[in-house]
Amino acid sequence: MKTTFLVIIATAACASAAGRQETLPPAAKADGGRPSYTSADVHFVAGMIGHHAQAIQMAGWAPSHGASPAMRVLCERIVVAQTDEIAFAQRWLRERNEVVPPADPRGHVMPGMDHPMLMPGMLTPEQMAQLDAARGREFDRLFLTFMIQHHQGALTMVAQLLAAPGAAQDGPVFRFAADVNADQTTEIDRMTRMLDDFKRSAQ
Amino acid sequence: MKSQTLFAIAALSVAACATTKVNMSTMAPSPDPRVGLRAGWMDAAEAAWNIHLVSTTPPSPDFINRSTPCDFQFINSDMSFTGPYVIQGNFSGVQVWDITNPKAPRLHKAFVCPGSQSDVSVYRKLLFVSGEALNGRIDCGVQGVMDTVSHDRLRGIRIFDITDIANPRHITDVQTCRGSHTHTVVTSPSDTANVYIYVSGSAPVRSPNELAGCSGAPPDSNPNSALFRIEVIQVPLAHPEQARIVNSPRIFQDLVAPAHHGEAPEDIAAAAKAAAEARASGGFTATRNGVEVVLGPRFVTFRLDSIVKARGGTGTPTAADTATLRANTQNIVDLIVNPPSRRPGPPPGPTQCHDITVYPAIGLAGGACGGYGLLLDIRDVANPKRIGAVADSNFSFWHSATFNNDGTKVLFTDEWGGGLQPRCRVTDKPEWGADAIFTIAGATMTFQSYYKLPAPQTPNENCVAHNGTLIPIPGRDIMVQGWYQGGISIFDWTDPAHPREIAFFDRGPMDSTKLVGAGSWSAYWYNGYIVSSEIARGLDIFELQPSGFISQNEIDAAKLVHFEYLNAQDQPKLVWPASFVVARAYLDQLARSNGLAPGKLAAARSSLARAEKLSGPARHDALAQLATQLKSDSQGGAPQLVVNGQEQGRAADLAKVRTLVTAVADLADAAR
Repeated sequence: MKTTFLVIIATAACASAAGRQETLPPAAKADGGRPSYTSADVHFVAGMIGHHAQAIQMAGWAPSHGASPAMRVLCERIVVAQTDEIAFAQRWLRERNEVVPPADPRGHVMPGMDHPMLMPGMLTPEQMAQLDAARGREFDRLFLTFMIQHHQGALTMVAQLLAAPGAAQDGPVFRFAADVNADQTTEIDRMTRMLDDFKRSAQ
Repeated sequence: MKSQTLFAIAALSVAACATTKVNMSTMAPSPDPRVGLRAGWMDAAEAAWNIHLVSTTPPSPDFINRSTPCDFQFINSDMSFTGPYVIQGNFSGVQVWDITNPKAPRLHKAFVCPGSQSDVSVYRKLLFVSGEALNGRIDCGVQGVMDTVSHDRLRGIRIFDITDIANPRHITDVQTCRGSHTHTVVTSPSDTANVYIYVSGSAPVRSPNELAGCSGAPPDSNPNSALFRIEVIQVPLAHPEQARIVNSPRIFQDLVAPAHHGEAPEDIAAAAKAAAEARASGGFTATRNGVEVVLGPRFVTFRLDSIVKARGGTGTPTAADTATLRANTQNIVDLIVNPPSRRPGPPPGPTQCHDITVYPAIGLAGGACGGYGLLLDIRDVANPKRIGAVADSNFSFWHSATFNNDGTKVLFTDEWGGGLQPRCRVTDKPEWGADAIFTIAGATMTFQSYYKLPAPQTPNENCVAHNGTLIPIPGRDIMVQGWYQGGISIFDWTDPAHPREIAFFDRGPMDSTKLVGAGSWSAYWYNGYIVSSEIARGLDIFELQPSGFISQNEIDAAKLVHFEYLNAQDQPKLVWPASFVVARAYLDQLARSNGLAPGKLAAARSSLARAEKLSGPARHDALAQLATQLKSDSQGGAPQLVVNGQEQGRAADLAKVRTLVTAVADLADAAR
């Protein structure tokens, strides 16, 4: 390891900088006493995978279901944002050797269960069919209604997580939960306004 | 021992490179050297343009887990500065670095006190640290807080006495309902007995059993709701132990949807076409949220009928009735869009701010709050008042603000994805997760442009707009900004419609196979250097290099600005002392823009050089003569072309010459 680093220094020195005070980390540092994660953390992170997967499927319909351009912008952002967060959730579980559920838009798939479990706010199969059947303005209206419900469910999941003893002591889980809380609160506000505009323009 | 040998080798190698020729080109390097950099933790490949990495100092032993790259509990966060010290926040506490020698920062103090994000500020002998996470403890213990409700938990502001910065003494804590994600120290020009702190908390509200009075219910059902407000803490300087919340202003109250820039272009075009057609055929239109819309037959018929009824008539509306409606249409629509009475349910608008940057010298603050950028009047520091707001459909989460030195522009950042996501990929839109630049006129902010890190990053690098400060180059708006693993970008936004990158530094990803969080949390100019808090790699210090974009004189002028302390979110007014180098910086800018004829420029340069060699009255006279000469040069009589409050072209050059005249006259006065 050290040898490798020396070679790197020799070749990269001109491109890089002075004042390196230390080299590669030599040894693991004991990490005693710090809190770890709980089953509530695992349930939250794993449950969010199916939850997000459904949001991505809903938002992914925008182009084919005649959504307005403004709605397509919103949907595209939801697809990008929640795809990245699923990747984070899967990485977090994998690195802790926990079961990584598939990103199934029908819900949270748990080992030994026949049917995916609907996490808070998730659309029922009937609601999904209703949205899938809608086109144009009706799709926009239904999408906003359902996605607000879906996002509010995510806030419920955060609240449930924080109410569990010992939960969210793990840094990434707290950060993830706080980001979901802040981002989706902001997006609910944005969608509520869009829905209000929608209702007014229908007057 | 080994590391010292390596250090020596590294230092030698760099010394050999010190003679590298300065690149005066104004062409960005192509292909962009930031693309394809080799991954690594402490050994990632680096690319730099017009900036020189002076040192990288890894985290101190208690703030790094050497077996896990970027262990989340050891994330380096924001920084504050006092004297020769950088105070670097970390999710596990605070590290204090002495950067008297920027080539070799020395650890002055590290104290473990977990609780993200450890946003830090200083004021005189006080240090303030933000705590938001659930594991933060009053006693700074590392064991976390397992109970859902506990009086051991700290969420809010920790206050320390740093009279002896090597031994910070805990004074008190001010607990808040949502904890403190970030905070902003605010000084009041009229209240010197106190310093104030604006607390922004974006995490969920905690239980009233843990902190009395906390409620996460909407204000409709609980008027004391911790939502839809910020906290103002007053810290009496003579008795900091009496620090307390003195106000929770509801700065979002009655926030109606502002006209927002950035509707989908197709929507705007379609609406404009439909409105034009409707108007041409006698239809009714009105402006809603900045877009002209056509009003439907139901709207028109219903209201025309009402007008007929109101005058006691019947039957078909007359031309006068139509005219009455036409005159009042906009008012009616405004009432519908912004009804005076509250609708049921929680009020719309953000429930919190992410960060607030105050600029006490101009009495304004920029609040980055949920889906909005707010302009606050902070002349009464304890009672900030919202005076303006913008929204933007390309902005996801308004994160922070920076004013230009004149206070005529404000730059907001969008931390789309919270900083842990890779939002600078080739596939990510340039207007998403970017900066948005607005001009300010009174209480009105007008969108000008977006600025986003121009180099694409890999999917394994978290990247989005983050924290930065102005670089104090007189006469220009230059900013340095951290973009997490996108590195550091320095850009010129003097022309707010056309921001342009002029220097950068970047490293390869932490890992080439997966996303491991790292990068520049914040990059701030402090007394001649750029200091960057690297999440996983420690503390980076940079020096600007002269280039085709920035002259040595401009850099030297920037180095004249000296801060006793700096909190980036408490923006100081930049003031330059009378100096030859400042005058030369302006001359360099005029040379760059061809703002002064080459002959006049050369004459001014040699007059300045001559005057510098003189002293006393002789120097004064030489400078006064130069000032007079330049003054006549500046009276070119070109038309004053002002676009969005910005002088353009020749007018801007003449304004610059006038600034130069003032600088030379100040120098003359100083020589008296």
